[in-house]
Amino acid sequence: MTASGWLQIGLLLVLLTGITPLLGGYIHRVFGGERVLLTHALGPAERRLSALLAGREPAGQDWKGYAGSVLMFSAVCWLALFLILRTQSIQPFNPQGFRSGPWDLSFNTASSLVSNTGWQFYAGDTTLSNFAQMAGIAVNGFLSAAVGVATGIAVARGFANRSGKELGNFWVDLTRALLYVLLPLAIVGSVFLVSEGAIQTLAGNVHLSTLAGGSQTLALGPVASQKAIMLLGSAGAGFYAVNSTIPFEDPSGVANFVQVLMILAIPAALTATYGRMVGNRRQGWALYAVMLAMFLGAAAVAYPAESRPSPAMRAAGAHGLNMEGKEQRLQASDSTLMAVAATAVGNGSTNAALDSFTGLGGSIPMANMMTGEVIFGSVGSGLFGMLLMVLLAVFVAGLMVGRTPEYLGKRIEAREIKLVTIGAIAVPLIVLFMTAWAISTRYGMRSIFNAGPQGFSETLYTYTSQANNNGSAFAGYVGFSQPHAPGNVGAAGVTFADLAGGAAMLVGRFLPMLAALAVAGSLSGKRTIAAGEGTMRTDTAVFAVLLLATISIVALLTFVPALMLGPLVQALTPRLF
Amino acid sequence: MNRRPRVGVIRVEIILPALASAAGKLRPTRMMHNPVMFTVEVGATLTTLLWLAQVTGASVGGTSGDPTWFTASIAGWLWLTAYFGNLAEAVAEGRGKAQADALRGMRTDTPARLRDGTTKSSAELLPGDLVEVLAGELIPGDGTIVEGIASVDEAAVTGESAPVVRAAGGDRSAVTGGTRVLSDRIVVEITQHPGESFLDRMIALVEGAQRRKTPNEIALGILLAGLTLIFLSVVITLRPFAGFAHTAISIATLIALLVALAPTTIGALLSAIGIAGMDRLVARNVLALSGRAVEAAGDVNLLMLDKTGTITLGNRQATAFIPMPGTEERELADAAQLASLADETPEGRSIVILAKRYGLRERELGDAGAHFVPFTAETRMSGVDLDGHELRKGAGDAIVDHVQRRSGRVPAELDRELGRIAGDGGTPLAVCRDEVVLGVIDLRDILKEGIHRRFEELRRMGVKTVMITGDNPRTAAAIAHEAGVDDFLAEATPERKLALIRQRQSEGRIVAMTGDGTNDAPALAQADVGVAMNSGTQAAREAGNMVDLDSDPTKLIEIVEVGKQLLITRGALTTFSIANDVAKYFAILPAVFVATYASVGAGNGPLGRLNVMSLGSPRSAILSAIVYNALIIPTLVPLALRGVRYRPLGASALLYRNLAIYGLGGLIAPFVGIKLIDLLLHGVLGA
Repeated sequence: MTASGWLQIGLLLVLLTGITPLLGGYIHRVFGGERVLLTHALGPAERRLSALLAGREPAGQDWKGYAGSVLMFSAVCWLALFLILRTQSIQPFNPQGFRSGPWDLSFNTASSLVSNTGWQFYAGDTTLSNFAQMAGIAVNGFLSAAVGVATGIAVARGFANRSGKELGNFWVDLTRALLYVLLPLAIVGSVFLVSEGAIQTLAGNVHLSTLAGGSQTLALGPVASQKAIMLLGSAGAGFYAVNSTIPFEDPSGVANFVQVLMILAIPAALTATYGRMVGNRRQGWALYAVMLAMFLGAAAVAYPAESRPSPAMRAAGAHGLNMEGKEQRLQASDSTLMAVAATAVGNGSTNAALDSFTGLGGSIPMANMMTGEVIFGSVGSGLFGMLLMVLLAVFVAGLMVGRTPEYLGKRIEAREIKLVTIGAIAVPLIVLFMTAWAISTRYGMRSIFNAGPQGFSETLYTYTSQANNNGSAFAGYVGFSQPHAPGNVGAAGVTFADLAGGAAMLVGRFLPMLAALAVAGSLSGKRTIAAGEGTMRTDTAVFAVLLLATISIVALLTFVPALMLGPLVQALTPRLF
Repeated sequence: MNRRPRVGVIRVEIILPALASAAGKLRPTRMMHNPVMFTVEVGATLTTLLWLAQVTGASVGGTSGDPTWFTASIAGWLWLTAYFGNLAEAVAEGRGKAQADALRGMRTDTPARLRDGTTKSSAELLPGDLVEVLAGELIPGDGTIVEGIASVDEAAVTGESAPVVRAAGGDRSAVTGGTRVLSDRIVVEITQHPGESFLDRMIALVEGAQRRKTPNEIALGILLAGLTLIFLSVVITLRPFAGFAHTAISIATLIALLVALAPTTIGALLSAIGIAGMDRLVARNVLALSGRAVEAAGDVNLLMLDKTGTITLGNRQATAFIPMPGTEERELADAAQLASLADETPEGRSIVILAKRYGLRERELGDAGAHFVPFTAETRMSGVDLDGHELRKGAGDAIVDHVQRRSGRVPAELDRELGRIAGDGGTPLAVCRDEVVLGVIDLRDILKEGIHRRFEELRRMGVKTVMITGDNPRTAAAIAHEAGVDDFLAEATPERKLALIRQRQSEGRIVAMTGDGTNDAPALAQADVGVAMNSGTQAAREAGNMVDLDSDPTKLIEIVEVGKQLLITRGALTTFSIANDVAKYFAILPAVFVATYASVGAGNGPLGRLNVMSLGSPRSAILSAIVYNALIIPTLVPLALRGVRYRPLGASALLYRNLAIYGLGGLIAPFVGIKLIDLLLHGVLGA
């Protein structure tokens, strides 16, 4: 631990808290249809795109209509991406002459990008053409993020609506999310990353001789542009399989810090957008405070844990920080911060090998995801995921003050609780059963590299990451085997891992999303009860603590046995596994 | 208020039958309605089968070397857990039954004499039948008096021994089956179908026979089922998880873990809490016609209270004599008393009584040529002609009129005093002798004792109050101010009352009100909680969703408290139940994984270090958790039946307090409980 490491965490906190109301206010104006700085430049494009998707007079949709559009759009995206991955051999911009992906791997990859997960069983730099990277992966990085933002806004509208059942028009929201939020920020972000030294090219690979006398191939490509949207939009799929550990993607300490900020920016800003939408900014700040507190708590555990020697280092008699699997160019705090940020947000960008973290340090990324990706979370889905948890906390606490529980003056009744329960338990159930399936059958065992707690952690992490649409990996769990051969001859997917993971990502994305939209539909226009002394306030410190406790207890009660058999057993013993 | 004697929480004559009926409730078809407790029963059955297999020596997988006593103990305590849950419900129902039996005794079959001369059994009466009831007879069914007037003993339903007057027409025409006519003769038109009478409904309510789950109870049930589903998944997947770590977990242990984690505490007590909530209302002589109404009462944030009888004592009373210049105060008191001697209204009586403070005894003036002049709507005065003098008292302008007609002088002070008293919320009466204005009597509404503090409490609970009165706005404002209500409706009519309720509801208020007259019926129906006075008309009783047998409008405040208490008890025990799980994990998981990944030669693996309670042995740890889990249910039964104590605090303070007690307490209590049980099981019994 160093002072500069803590300082970096402190600076991040200050900057993020400063950006949140600014960006959040901007997003609020964009989706309210108000004029913003970019309206003059983008207005015509917006009208044309919106007219194309939604018609000239876009009608408001109720939750079913909105959900239908989301599903239809995502299905089309999925199919298009799947086809691109499967027809790579006939595509342009393929200097390496890569073959098309195996069907099972392509299923996993398409599900990964469309569900805004960014899980990489595939190795981007050694299997995908530049065309597939740009038209397939990067485009879906934009589209799935836009779907997330639009849905988050729609759910917030349902919570805010005093009358009517309409949550907005999906196609209009999608257009606005793309044009006004994601594209401009991604352009700024790419230019910044290029200025720091990230690469952006359509040239082929570079072959060179190393100092040791061997030969090496360096894959090049449109890295910066893809990196920017993957950070901003929570998908997190890097150009390279190794993600931010390569200097081409994460060129400097400053770039690393800004990347962390980019990961957190939109999910954090949406809390401020929400506060403005419901007409009480404190409501938004309460959510932000809970997210930030959990984020800092995770950093406060992981950073000291990673500042100690790992068991392997101890066995070898080494001292100092655990730098195994970390970028030697960066500090331990850089790696830890990125890991905490990328798992808290459903992002999955990493600049370190998480499986080399210490037991305690490694449990934090997992625990972050196990909260259901509500610590900032993915763009949009972090917000509605958090709102589901809010309703859960409101329900239990509301009873304790002797009133039918209400949130924003709206009663939380059986229908809402049913939907919240579905939305909140679906993902944990997927994680538990998929992991159990994988470690107890020979189909699943094929993918597991290590034995003992490390092997268990790899598997648990894989399904936690996929079902929660995070996308970061613990390494060691494989869904793709790739012999070293030109053009990837002989590469094959691991069918069980690819299909199980793909299904986990799709269900983990869309089931909670439907539940959240349904809750929003149910709350929209519900009779509001005037607030008074007897109303439990949801914008106070007491409630924030309660919300934090609810999220932690639900996650802990569900996952403590699993965590004990994985990272915790390693944290409790100096033994090597 | 005459309260039905409250049935104590734990009494032998309730416990004994409950012990038996709790066992009968273990029927799976009945248990299925409560997913949490059904899970317990299925677990208990499986463990029992496992034990039987072990005993008979059949080879069964999944015991992982558990000794038979361990499997048997787990099975036994799981059955006890399910049984305790049923016992809680049975005890709650038993308390209701005791009250129901008393009521049923009154539902004797009485022959009803129809007006057309025929006779039929009271059980066969149909709506529209006209029945004649004479003094000394029981009224055979619920209905409305269409002819006659009678005094009726309603002690059977209200517990109030003083007879009440019931008469055809007006707001006092409803009668209840099972009550007794004490004098005169009435003709009653039956309004209820057989078996649906007030008494029948009351019996069904207190027995909990027709109890339907209330909206919040349903929502909570869904949440608890969801939690149980999660824990079921945790336990099912734990076996393969542990298998990967080469650790075998027996089925009995897994089932024990599931039951320990499932929210059995609240699952077991949920229905008892609901029944007891109804019961607490019945104990206050209030009949809620549905559980939904009780919950709605907890949500109320606006009370509409009638001024008379709720905020003020029944009638105005004279509080001061204010003489005009040139008149002695005693002289005015004397004149006022004389003018009121024949006035039998409560106001008149209070003037006579106040005058006694001036040493004036009540006098008999029947002789001496006294001539009493009664009040008429035309003169708006009353008084007495005595010794050639005309003493009059009456409304200010009536007296002024009277004096001026006799060319008397009206002092300037009169107008000032009249205005001042009216402005303060009083009612001024002027007194004159012949053409001389003597002074003014100040009649005032007397606030009920402690009413101001009560409203203060309500405000802290977040409940605002609106006073309803027929007074003019000026008087109403003064009384409202004095009583400390938040708002008032002056010159109220039923229509304006209804309009006000609608308006407040559209502003997001949950409104409660009381009423008794037929013209209150629309407002009672519109209000979220409408409490009809039992003394009121049948129409009012039908329109409200609660009936107050004591006809005491102040009780609205208690009803709100009972409603809140019901919800708080549920929320508090849910929080307690879930918070308990943390300690149970600390007891069971280290026990299960004690040998996992242990170094060769070492007995305990790394996870054994999590045995923070240093429980004696793995099996003792698991058993202790299960025993705690079972015993906590009967321990909390009295709390569930009594309800968590309600304090009139704001929501934030209440949340903070209950979180500290039931959240934090729920985290700590099981650590202590499980450790103590372990000391007994391991230290004494050697488990």
